[in-house]
Formats: sequence, structure tokens, C-alpha cells
Amino acid sequence: MMRRRRRRMTTRLPTTCSLPITTTEPRPDSGLITSTRNQELPPMAETLTLLDYWPSMFGMRCRIALREKDIKFEYQEQDLWSKSPLLLEMNPIYKKIPVLIHNGKPICESLIIVEYIDETWKGKAPLLPSDPYERAQARFWADYVDKKIYEGGRNVWSTTGEDQGEAKKEYIERLKVLEGVLGDKPFFGGDSFGFTDIALIPYYSWFYSYEICANFSIEAECPKLISWAKRCMEKESVSESLPDPEKIYMLLLELKKKAGK
Amino acid sequence: MAREEETKVKLLGLWVSPFVRRVEWALKLKGVSYDYIEEDILNKSPLLLELNPVHKTVPVMVHDGKVICESFVLLEYIDETWKHHPLLPHDPYDRAIARFWACFVEEKILENAWIAMCSEGEEKEKATKIAIDAVERIEELLKGKQFFGGDDIGYLDLAVGWVSHWLPVWDEVGSTKILDPLRFPSTTSWATNFLGHPLIRDNLPPKDKMLDYFHQKKGRIMASRARV
Repeated sequence: MMRRRRRRMTTRLPTTCSLPITTTEPRPDSGLITSTRNQELPPMAETLTLLDYWPSMFGMRCRIALREKDIKFEYQEQDLWSKSPLLLEMNPIYKKIPVLIHNGKPICESLIIVEYIDETWKGKAPLLPSDPYERAQARFWADYVDKKIYEGGRNVWSTTGEDQGEAKKEYIERLKVLEGVLGDKPFFGGDSFGFTDIALIPYYSWFYSYEICANFSIEAECPKLISWAKRCMEKESVSESLPDPEKIYMLLLELKKKAGK
Repeated sequence: MAREEETKVKLLGLWVSPFVRRVEWALKLKGVSYDYIEEDILNKSPLLLELNPVHKTVPVMVHDGKVICESFVLLEYIDETWKHHPLLPHDPYDRAIARFWACFVEEKILENAWIAMCSEGEEKEKATKIAIDAVERIEELLKGKQFFGGDDIGYLDLAVGWVSHWLPVWDEVGSTKILDPLRFPSTTSWATNFLGHPLIRDNLPPKDKMLDYFHQKKGRIMASRARV
């Protein structure tokens, strides 16, 4: 039984005094736990909160980016079936997670958040390369992931029979395109983990679910891509940000049952 | 050196595509000269298929032998390569906001205005409503502003620029009224400002040809749906 944590939040973040600082660690049941310690902060201290939902690939991208930069942030789990006043206030357009709230100002849309993180905290672990052409390539392939991989995966788990067969075939083709782009490089950007890797690696936590639902092995079809994924998982920023794939599968079963499938 | 670099730009495009035009506007604002190659989208050239095998669409830009695709990716590439007359603001938060609204307009207005033009009944009604609700958001953003960025054209103006010239055509072809001047005076005023900029005004497809093109396109789409 998955325990859902709901944190009561005021709609405005306090700008002074003590603020609970939460860090996240992997956990058996929901995949993430929060440990809280109160810390006195000087007035006008920087505040950074991520409104998120534990199985969201889009949320995972932001977690990874923040951890790559070694930035402390407050993780707030959201209930998407009963949206908090804070979420509705910070993302009134889409009412979706992830939302990064930096000193009270919201930034929405995962890849936009990742670029914001890269541009704001320049000191450590650049997520995009410095060369404009390399940056364009990184953005192009992250956009490809958004256009082709999210929907492709959803089609795999949500269809049956012949439709699922087609969905599976198309999904593998799309993953093979990415595998081709990766080539023999350790990461999409080359030697360093970066923007395209961050855009794609969250899907690795969902691969198990797709494989069970559609009875196939992504590793058998795209072995280099899975090697890349395992290489990414060796990074703490990634392993701390991706939930247990089995927990995602259990959630999927629950969602399918609710939808009557 | 700069001049050599500039003439090494090639752009594959389609005369009526808003995605291509936004790239052309960016190049013109930066004063970058380029060779334009018109593509027949119904009969794609080997060059296009070679340069953009993933999506097989225009715009495709070749700069100094390097190939870049996707119009928003191109806008950022152009801004980062030719640094004078910056398109995106300097501050990271303002940049994030500009990018957010560019994606919003693409998803909520462009996609739905297109569907509204090429469909009928409930589908048309639903798409029209989403597009109108989205224009309302843009209307709020533009209140009291000449352009999205303030006094001059920037990234978001280029990204949303198609609204000024294509949306009225789609409204006419689709018999919709998404860009209603009475309901959206700030957006209408912005459109006038945008179209009045000399670099934009002289780089627009002719309206009569656009009407023909989209009437035919709509006809083909509706006919293929009827066959299904």
C-alpha cells in the first residue's frame, strides 16, 4: 500500500526566520523520503523549492539537475488528484509539476527549469556545453525525447493487442535513433553527463513497466542505450533522483485498475 | 571574418511556413545574410531528407557546414552565435519566462488554431475555445507593452510573430474569430507594431497566396478525413 505524503503549506513562502530544509533519500515504499531539520536562516536567504511528484520523469530531470550542481533544495511531494493551493498559485497556466520556486518566483516546464538551473548556478557541472552548435544539438535531442519518447512509452503501456504491437515497434525504432546518436560516446554530450542525458535518463525508471506491460526487453533491442543508462545510474545525482522501477510498476497497476483497464 | 561567416549560412524553407519565417526574422534582425533554398514540402528534396532525416521538415539551417533544425533551437543558436542585438533577455529568470510563453503559444494557440481551421463540429469548437482562452493570457501579458520584451522586438515576439499575420488568415479560412480585435486590443496593437517593423513588414508571405494555400490545404485534410 503506497503511503501518500501530503505536506500542508501556506501559499506564500516565508522570506525570513527558520525554514524547514528537507533533503531527499531513496525509500522502500514510495521511492523517496524526506528528512527534515529546522535551520535558522538569515533574513532574505535564498529559498529553493521543487514541487514534484515522485514517479514523474519531468520532475526527475529537475532533481538530477539540482543535484548535479550540488544545490540544496526543498522537495515537496504533490498530490495531483487534489492539487495544493501552492501548486495552483505557482503554475496557474498548466497546474502541473514540476515547478521550481526560487526566492518566491516560479519556473515551470522541466527543460526550461533545467536551463534556468544551468544559467543561474554557473559555477559547477555545466549541463549544456559552451559551443553554440553543441548546445543546439543538445536542445534538439532533448526536444526529440519530449516529442517522441514520452508519448511513445505511454502508447506501449496503455494499449493492447495489435495496437500494442505497433506501439512497441515504433518505440524501439525511436530508442534506436537515440542509440545511434549516442554512438560510442559515454554520454550524449560526449565525456560529460549533460542536458540530453538529463532529458532521457528518467525514462529508464519506466522501462521496466513498459517491458512487463508489453512483454519485451529493451536491453535486448538497445543494449548500448541500456549500458548508457547504467552508466548514468552510477552518478549519485541520478540514482538519488530516480525511484525504484518496481514501485513505478506498482503505481501503474494501481492507475490501470482505477481506469478500469 | 564576420562577412565570410555570414555568407556561409543556408536556409531551407517553405514560403508559407511560420516556423521558417521566425528564423528568417531572427537572421535579418541580426544582419546575417543567408542563401535561401525553397523546398517543395509535398515532394521533399534529397537535400532536405539528408539534412533533416529525423523530422524531414523545414526550417533547416546550415552554418559553416553544421546543420541545425527546429525553429526554437535555431532562434537560440542564432542568438548565441551572433551576439549583437540580443533576442533573449540577459537575466536567467526572464529567459525562462520568455521560453515558457513561447512554448505555451506554440502548444495552445498554434496547434489549436490549426485544428480549428481544419476541422468541424465538436472538435473545431473545442480547439477554438482553447486557442481563445490562450490568447486571453497573451492579452494580459501584452497590456501596456509595445512588444513582449518592451521597446524592441525580441525572442518572444519572433516566436509569437506568426499570430500577427498567419492567425488572421487561418481565422478567415476556418471561419473562426480567434484573434478578435474587440476582445483582444493589446494583442491586436502588438500585431500592428510587429508587422510595422521594417524587417518584418518586408519579410512576410503575400496574404492572397496564403489564403489560396490554406484553403487548398484545409480541403485536402478534410477530404482525407472523410475517406477514413
